[in-house]
Amino acid sequence: MRLAFREALRSFRRAPLLSALSVTTIAFAIFVVGLFGLVALNLNRALREVEKRVEVVAYLMRGTPVEVVTVAIGDVERFPEVADVTYVTEDQALARAQKELVELQGVFDDLVSNPLPASLEVRLKPGFRDSDHLRDVAERLRGFRFVEDVRYGRDWVIKLDRIRDLTAIGMLVIGGAFAAASVVIIGTTIRMAVFQRSREIAIMRLVGATDGFIRLPFLLEGSLKGALGGTFALGLTYVAYVAFDRMLLRAQFFNPAEAVVFVVFGFALGFSASLAAVSRHLKSVRPA
Amino acid sequence: MIRFRNVFKAYPKGSLALKDLTFHIRKGEFAFLTGHSGAGKSTVLKLIFAEELATSGSVQVSGYHLASMSTRDIPKLRRRLGIVFQDFRLLEDRTAEENIAFTLEVTGARSSVIEPKVTRVLAQVGLAAKALAYPRELSGGEQQRVAIARALVNDPFVILADEPTGNLDERATRGVFQLLRDINANGTAVLMATHDLDLVRGTPFRTLELQDGGLVYDSAVDRPAAETES
Repeated sequence: MRLAFREALRSFRRAPLLSALSVTTIAFAIFVVGLFGLVALNLNRALREVEKRVEVVAYLMRGTPVEVVTVAIGDVERFPEVADVTYVTEDQALARAQKELVELQGVFDDLVSNPLPASLEVRLKPGFRDSDHLRDVAERLRGFRFVEDVRYGRDWVIKLDRIRDLTAIGMLVIGGAFAAASVVIIGTTIRMAVFQRSREIAIMRLVGATDGFIRLPFLLEGSLKGALGGTFALGLTYVAYVAFDRMLLRAQFFNPAEAVVFVVFGFALGFSASLAAVSRHLKSVRPA
Repeated sequence: MIRFRNVFKAYPKGSLALKDLTFHIRKGEFAFLTGHSGAGKSTVLKLIFAEELATSGSVQVSGYHLASMSTRDIPKLRRRLGIVFQDFRLLEDRTAEENIAFTLEVTGARSSVIEPKVTRVLAQVGLAAKALAYPRELSGGEQQRVAIARALVNDPFVILADEPTGNLDERATRGVFQLLRDINANGTAVLMATHDLDLVRGTPFRTLELQDGGLVYDSAVDRPAAETES
């Protein structure tokens, strides 16, 4: 293993330009994937923020006793989809309307009695905030005798569902395409490095080196280049994020665990590309 | 030790490199493999160190039947052979001693074993003073000596030399040839492919002559092989 490390480092020293080129190519390939990841991450977070506002509102019949409502809240909170239930009394509804609809202040002042009904605002748990689950919960709420009407912005939620589905498909397709392109680029880069050392491989084989022995320094070299490229790509993505955050929109960066994925992705790509390149090369020089 | 029996070698394009080759190299023997370019000398050597496989017939090297040998056993076989080429095939970014040590390192030998062995073979080929020189700092003859030292360091039972003097001037040629003779005198067999008949003439060693892939002369039987078979 020590010898393999030495050989891998020797390769870096011997061809610093090619090594730097490999690392840079890997860095830019992963950077493109990273940029897309950053966009996807922020889009996803924005969608989750919007989703948080998704709720089902059950309007209660006037005069429903508080005790009945309290029991019903307990029942609704036990729905598996439900995160929390807020009881809004008639007075609270009026106060909220007065606060939010300042332009109708005159209308509120002329009111003799409060026309607004009490309601239950039901928020769902993440993962249940789609139109199907909302419809199910709404149907169950309608089953309560004292519920007059149930609203959840059906059209709006359906649109949100569509945006979410399109984003997921887009992420999968474009992200997959970027990742595949980076695999090809990195694979080609590593193959060039293997090709450049084909004479050395031939000599190693002649003096009795096993395929495993020949492979190991290449795997280490490729993995190291991949990890380095991943680290540089992370740095580049961070610079892009800072520029975006300061000049255009407030954005979020990857958390530490997500950031580590860059390095691991680079490492894994470098490793697998080296394995494929050197194995293919060794196969091509087997006796026939 | 090395035994060819009715060996044929055809290449994918259909050309026949070796035709019905049968010979036997004994332990400690020195033999020349001669013939014009394209006669099949290099192919014979490649079959011995399992760079290529015979199309038909049997090649046996130190107990290994190469046709049925697993690819995993090829490195084991090669560690028992010393291989020398016309173009030296040294690693340019390593010193003479590093080139030689590398052969032992790939076998997993410890540095305590490697150092004395490298020193010994460098002295044996007369290059003790140039241990730290890089190939580009050595003459052709010296580079070939390093290649021979590399071939020797695993204590092989045979040195396979493919035109080892092909790139050398007359003086270096004589030096390298004498070195191979000395190695042979110490008990290691040498099979040397060459088209330099001046080198072959005047030596007591066995000569196998190839022509168009067939064996046309074997001095061990002291007459053309074709006549022997008729």
